[in-house]
Amino acid sequence: MRIELWETPFEPLAELAYHQDSRPGLQGRHGAMASFVGTMRDSNEGSAVQAMTLEHYPGMTEKQLSAIVTEAEQRWTLLDTLVIHRVGRLVPGDPIVLVGVWSGHRNDAFEACRYIMEALKSRATFWKKETLAEGERWVEKNTTGYAP
Amino acid sequence: MTVHVRYFASLRERLGRSDDRITLEDALTATELWSRLWPDTPLPPNTLIAVNQEYADPGAALRDGDEVAFFPPVTGG
Repeated sequence: MRIELWETPFEPLAELAYHQDSRPGLQGRHGAMASFVGTMRDSNEGSAVQAMTLEHYPGMTEKQLSAIVTEAEQRWTLLDTLVIHRVGRLVPGDPIVLVGVWSGHRNDAFEACRYIMEALKSRATFWKKETLAEGERWVEKNTTGYAP
Repeated sequence: MTVHVRYFASLRERLGRSDDRITLEDALTATELWSRLWPDTPLPPNTLIAVNQEYADPGAALRDGDEVAFFPPVTGG
C-alpha cells in the first residue's frame, strides 16, 4: 500500500498511471483496477464556495488510513492500494482524494475501493473549512455514502 | 501524571488554543479531564475523542504520558 498526504495539488490520473507502471508486482497480474477521485465543488449547502482549507491530525490521520487499507486487504484479495489525500488550501476543481485499488478480479477492486472511501469519510481525521463570500464556515458532517 | 491535550478544527477555534499540557494528581477519564480543563464549557455532544491517536470512549481511563484529542465529526474525502 502507498498512502500520502499532499500539501500541493496533484493529478489523480497521472498518479494512478505512475503507480501502476512503477510497481513491478502489478504487471501482468492485475486483472482489475478500480479508482475513486473526489474533487472540490464550487458550491455547498446553497452557498458559492471560493476556497477550502483541509485540516488534519498529523500522525493519527496516517494511522487511520493505514488501518482502513489493512482492513480492506484482510477482507478482499488485493494486489496493491494507493491513497492520496490533500491537506491545506484548495480551490474548486482541485482533486481532494484518490483511492486506487488493484486486484485480480473486478469484485475485489470495486468493493475494496468503495469500502476504503466510505471508511475514510467516516473515520479519517480531516476537517474542511470553506471560504465563502460572506466569511468562513466549517463543514459540520459528511453525507452518508451507502444507500440506507 | 502528565497528559498532552489537543484540539482540532472548529473546537480548536472555539477554545482559542490547539493544545494543553496538564499535570494531574488523580486518575481521570477523558470526559473528566475535559471538565477539569473547561469547567464552564460543556463538551459538545458530537465531540469525538482519541487517546494516543486511536478513537477512544469518553470513559476511557487516562495514563501518564497519554495524548488526548478532542475534535468534531470528521469531514474528509
